[in-house]
Amino acid sequence: MISWILRRGLLAAVVLSFAANAQERSITVASTTSTEQSGLFGHILPLFTREAGIAVRVVAVGTGQALDIGRRGDADVVFVHDRAAEERFVAEGSGGPRRHVMYNDFVVVGPAADPARVNGLRDTAEALRRIAAARAPFVSRGDRSGTHAAELRLWRQAEVDPAGGRGAWYREIGQGMGPVLNTAAAQNAYALTDRGTWLAFRNRQELRIAVEGDARLFNQYGVMPVNPRRHPHVKAADGQRFIDWLVSAAGQAAIAGHKIEGEQLFFPNAARPEPTS
Amino acid sequence: MDDLGAAFSTALGLVAAGDPALAAIVGLSLRVSVTAVALAAFVGLPLGALLAVARFPGRRGVVVALNALMGLPPVVAGLLIYLLLSRSGPLGRFGLLFTPSAMVVAQAVLIAPILAALSRQVLEEMWEEYAEQLRSLGAGPRRAVPTLLWDGRFALLTVLLAGFGRASAEVGAVMVVGGNIEGFTRVMTTAIALETSKGDLPLALALGVVLMAIVLTVNALAQAARDTAARWAGG
Amino acid sequence: MRAPDTCLPLRAEGLGYAANGVAVLRDVSFALESGPPALIIGPNGAGKSVLLRLLHGLLPPTAGAVRWAGENRGGGRMPRDAMVFQRPVMLRRSVLANAAYPLKLAGLPRAERLRRARAALGRVGLDGLADRPARRLSGGEQQRLALARASALDPEVLFLDEPCASLDPAAARAVEAIVADIAARGAKVVMTTQDLGQARRLAGEVLFLHRGRLLEHAPAAAFFADPKAPEAAAFLRGELVW
Repeated sequence: MISWILRRGLLAAVVLSFAANAQERSITVASTTSTEQSGLFGHILPLFTREAGIAVRVVAVGTGQALDIGRRGDADVVFVHDRAAEERFVAEGSGGPRRHVMYNDFVVVGPAADPARVNGLRDTAEALRRIAAARAPFVSRGDRSGTHAAELRLWRQAEVDPAGGRGAWYREIGQGMGPVLNTAAAQNAYALTDRGTWLAFRNRQELRIAVEGDARLFNQYGVMPVNPRRHPHVKAADGQRFIDWLVSAAGQAAIAGHKIEGEQLFFPNAARPEPTS
Repeated sequence: MDDLGAAFSTALGLVAAGDPALAAIVGLSLRVSVTAVALAAFVGLPLGALLAVARFPGRRGVVVALNALMGLPPVVAGLLIYLLLSRSGPLGRFGLLFTPSAMVVAQAVLIAPILAALSRQVLEEMWEEYAEQLRSLGAGPRRAVPTLLWDGRFALLTVLLAGFGRASAEVGAVMVVGGNIEGFTRVMTTAIALETSKGDLPLALALGVVLMAIVLTVNALAQAARDTAARWAGG
Repeated sequence: MRAPDTCLPLRAEGLGYAANGVAVLRDVSFALESGPPALIIGPNGAGKSVLLRLLHGLLPPTAGAVRWAGENRGGGRMPRDAMVFQRPVMLRRSVLANAAYPLKLAGLPRAERLRRARAALGRVGLDGLADRPARRLSGGEQQRLALARASALDPEVLFLDEPCASLDPAAARAVEAIVADIAARGAKVVMTTQDLGQARRLAGEVLFLHRGRLLEHAPAAAFFADPKAPEAAAFLRGELVW
């Protein structure tokens, strides 16, 4: 009996302490591993919270999963990078309107030994054709993320179907950007990555940037609120406040200010989105 | 070897610096896992005791099912809880997804079968010793449940520690239902997974060293308390 | 109809017990009235312990029945009978908590059960050890605690299954004195023993069991002076051990 009371007391205490935590004014943002793991959020969110008094809780997953979280109503804002999927999200009424926020670019990384002879190419399609022809190992996200979608688009533009290399040189690991880079480093393989994650990545070993600067490697990020008419509990006003801040001068300046070793990771373009993506 | 050495010195540095972010993560890890153990014990221990004393058709099947549930993959438990707690799920209106409470629930679901199965084993042995004496004193199987739980308290503490170990080491379920939100639902294991993703393997391993040290300390303290008390009660 | 305020006499009517097809007890009938202790004696394997368990209700008879004349004299949830085993099981708690445990099961309020448990411990000389863990006691102390635990219920009938068999002589004498005291305080003691000296000292009446049958039920003086059954006579001469 005593232990029963003790346990009830303990439960009540913990529920209360967690509840106190949840009282804080906050929104939940479903976003991508690239924004989280490149340290962007760590840089800009404290600035927003100081200004608006709203804490931002970021759930960092692949773009596909982030959109799913929004669809289910489990986040207030979705901040991702797969324009086609985002436009479907808006069209089906899950959220919107969508705003451009920033871009960075993808790069193809590969082993210093460069078995496919792609180092220094600017033509991504040609680089992918050479990798496939050499049957050089290539690690793919394989997780419906924005980067995965971009990678598949690049293969289509190269007119190569990498599925034929499955189980051999084409390796889909179904994980985030970091694990892909870890795997590529361990296997001396090529991979497509966003530049931000690459710059923040510490375990490069023999990996180098092989291909960069192609217009097709452009990587646009968009942000949109989850539809409050579909999910009434969504914190629409606070979510919109965050979106408005991201595209405001202050937010855009904060994004531009995030640098790793002097190198800027993301380029704000809310006012002038590139038409190419 | 360099990486391992770096990991240990990083771990020492982290602890020595008393980094508040690390302290918050450690604190949340302990809070979530201890609460999950308490919640799971609330259900699992009486269930284990009941199974130890009760004889009914199908009991064997229940025991087998419980033992199988001990191997429930964390990600599966996580997904289950995710779908239940999601705003679009049956318990969505409580808004628990991506909160520490969701992590508590997920860990509790994972370890409740462990607590039930292990406590059944422990208490069934005790019941063999106690059954006739308790019946003589006037306690049938139903009244025996609280008696066994109390008299088995030292052995059950070891069971609880096994549950705590599994809960605090678990990453798949809390990642899915907690979302690894910095400063809110990030615990030791998801922080380790994140640093691994970022390729900062020494930092990831250092966090692992800190986690191991915490689990070791909790176990050592609990075991010492248990041994002292058990020696007192003749065990 | 109100229950009579005694549960005696206790009747065994054609009592039989078989385990796995082997008869352990056959057609045992007797009646026990209140009064001095009834000692159940007989060679090994006679069925003495099984008979006690049937009477106490721990085993269901496979033939016949055990009939009590009424409910417990105290009424309520207090049991009318209690039992002390050859090797009693001590709960993993203090001496006092062990003595109070059956009173808790019987639904007594806390203050009342502690008072009665302390009194029972006093009667067996364990009041000084009340806060010690029960499983740390010596064998003799544990048996005395078992007697206190059973007698704290103030049962009208107390079954004892060879309570001294595992004890050294000094501890056995202490237990025997407590049993005599419990009987003197009015409980009907029903006890098995292998020790004929102890049986002579304690018994008011004797039941002699042999190979699952009750061969003789007689006042103690008559039984020890002039046993009717030839097996009983042989047993008393020490010639019958099986």
